[in-house]
Amino acid sequence: MQIAITRDVIESARIMEEMKAGSDGAVCLFDGIVRNNTRGRQTLFLDYEAYEVMALQQMKGLAAEAIAKFGVRDVALVHRLGRLEIGESSVLIVVASAHRGAAFDACRWLIDTLKKTVPIWKKEQFVDGAVWADGEPFPEEIVPAAVVEG
Amino acid sequence: MRLRVLYFGVLKDIFGRDGEEVELPAGSSVEMLTKMLRERARGGSIAADDLWRSVAVAVNQEYVQGAVVLQDRDEVALLPPVSGGWDEVWG
Repeated sequence: MQIAITRDVIESARIMEEMKAGSDGAVCLFDGIVRNNTRGRQTLFLDYEAYEVMALQQMKGLAAEAIAKFGVRDVALVHRLGRLEIGESSVLIVVASAHRGAAFDACRWLIDTLKKTVPIWKKEQFVDGAVWADGEPFPEEIVPAAVVEG
Repeated sequence: MRLRVLYFGVLKDIFGRDGEEVELPAGSSVEMLTKMLRERARGGSIAADDLWRSVAVAVNQEYVQGAVVLQDRDEVALLPPVSGGWDEVWG
């Protein structure tokens, strides 16, 4: 597994090549990039920040879970932090597997789960101000009743 | 007991800092800490109830439920809904 949090440009092509092995029949790559607008509002750039120690731990856990759950051979999971310009990659997921079905399924599951549970946030800088992006709600088992009732 | 509390995302803006040391009586739970912090945020006139309903808590880098009892020197992180990765709404 290749799991990392970086402030540098993500080298997607290199990582994908490194992931290939003789027993693989498929490599599925998901490249999440910065879009130039949110609901039509023009975005200038994004600032990503994380609770790094925990985010890395969660990413390792997700990669191991994907391998066990979908039977894929290997997973690479890289997230970038700091200021990202339009078109730059914020997250890269590479899944290597003997068969394409498992590779697609694992890749989709990894990005969807990462977005809900890995403690990384982005602040969107618009032409007319900045806001923290709305996150997806945490899965039910994560949000503590404490804060709900406060 | 003494706790290290960390704020992330919009909570960092609400509390005006990325973390602080907090004193609580021994035996206090996560719920007692979050109630105390929420009252303090409300005192600062920022009563974002919707946000507080969606905040998760991690103790020493593990997600926990409200009933968990805190220990001296614990690192407690308040985490607003995460938004890493890319945006699916229009993606």
